[in-house]
Amino acid sequence: MRRYSAFAIVREAARHHLGWERAWASPSPKARYDAVIVGAGGHGLATAYYLGKNHGITNLAVIEKGWLGGGNTGRNTTIIRSNYLQDPSAAIYEKSRSLYETMSQDLNYNVMFSPRGVMMLAQTEHEVRGYRRTAHANALQGVATEFIAPERVRELCPIINIDGPRYPVLGALWQPRGGTARHDAVAWGYARACSAMGMDIIQQCEVTGVQSTNGKVTGVRTTKGDIATGKLGIVVAGHSGVLAEMAGFRLPVESVALQALVSEPIKPCMDVVVMANTVHGYMSQSDKGEMVIGGGADGYNNYTQRGSFHHIEETVRALIETFPMISRLKMLRQWGGIVDMTGDRSPILSKTPLEGCFINCGWGTGGFKAIPGSGWGFAELMAKGHSPLTAAFGLERFREGRFVDESVAAGVAH
Amino acid sequence: MLILTCPNCGLTADETELSPGGEAHLKRFGPGSEDIDFEGYLFHRANPKGVHFERWRHAYGCGKWFLAARDTATLEVYGTYPAQTTEPPAEIIARITARHPDWSPT
Repeated sequence: MRRYSAFAIVREAARHHLGWERAWASPSPKARYDAVIVGAGGHGLATAYYLGKNHGITNLAVIEKGWLGGGNTGRNTTIIRSNYLQDPSAAIYEKSRSLYETMSQDLNYNVMFSPRGVMMLAQTEHEVRGYRRTAHANALQGVATEFIAPERVRELCPIINIDGPRYPVLGALWQPRGGTARHDAVAWGYARACSAMGMDIIQQCEVTGVQSTNGKVTGVRTTKGDIATGKLGIVVAGHSGVLAEMAGFRLPVESVALQALVSEPIKPCMDVVVMANTVHGYMSQSDKGEMVIGGGADGYNNYTQRGSFHHIEETVRALIETFPMISRLKMLRQWGGIVDMTGDRSPILSKTPLEGCFINCGWGTGGFKAIPGSGWGFAELMAKGHSPLTAAFGLERFREGRFVDESVAAGVAH
Repeated sequence: MLILTCPNCGLTADETELSPGGEAHLKRFGPGSEDIDFEGYLFHRANPKGVHFERWRHAYGCGKWFLAARDTATLEVYGTYPAQTTEPPAEIIARITARHPDWSPT
């Protein structure tokens, strides 16, 4: 792999850009791999990358039904934060956020991480108390957040109407080192680095069955033939239930649609990410100038990547009260993704009843921020059989009643 | 917009008038049951990509619960029926199998 650098740009400029290589290879599958990851989204590719980098497993294939990063990795609102309430959540999300800080250098690929700060507005007394509690918890966990007063909110984000009649801003939980990143670049950067380590990324190859003997996984059946492996990682977000059925177990997961939308591009007016969880809306401005808006998830099972219009309407209606200046903006695009929701709104990174088969799912509405940390922990789990980052997120927690309950603390909006 | 007909009051309601209630026909395991059964009842869901039987409440109408058969891959509605049943009625099964000949209730 040729490294990207300022020198490379000069070199290629001097020879009509004929020397750029393909970022990753697209090989045909081999008959056998040491490990197979199903799902070439951010989490799957990050798992493959850290399996190679931290654990030396490079005879590995990443299988993708569609195209690389074409699922939720390409459909989210790119927010990165780690201000969670529970200790296991704070650990994995903070690991993730810290990996984002050095990701561009690590992958030699510009993921445009922008630590512009994330602000979660408190718009009810209940939220004020909740976020003060989270700020105290974060202080103990070593996550830098603080609870700020309305005046400081106005200073950081002048376009907010802090004394609106319905949704006054009473304060905010402020994480200055949170921010956004370029979502596609995260998938592409990992894919390029995996390909450079000799891993095979196989796109447009759907898994149609999981093969096993005596309760141990032996391979997968795909539309490009059978692939044998003793280690299988399922990292398919919304379709986890479908894959789990092939592997012969059920999951405490339901798939629903979550939508987002962007406005026409306007001049820079907002250099922080603002989340308003009471009204189910969050907004940031992209480098192109579009206002990126996310809202609430549908309540019913859905695999169609289309959501209900009334959620968009509710989100936009509430955001207009908080940001009156966006009321004349035209919305350009709207889309949906299928998110896998667990009962406690925490992910599942776990061994499964099928030996050698591991699952990473349940990131629900907030998976993008967790990509590197999830990959780091899940790779360790797959390589060694245990990982301190994932220990609390096992499937058995539902039977044992050891929830990592973020549904009250952070489940409304990610 | 998802539109369902409430079998209790007969009104055709769109989803802003309804509350989703998750998978239908779950077998309840209460106190004294095995941990694994209780876990299954509380948390494990079929979550199929295809035919799904589910509970809905006509929250901003008659207020009563009913059940619906719906396709999560196409959003097609196969019909609604009263909540006082332990399995989907024959005419709904017939409508589903007419659409998906290889489908079978599990």
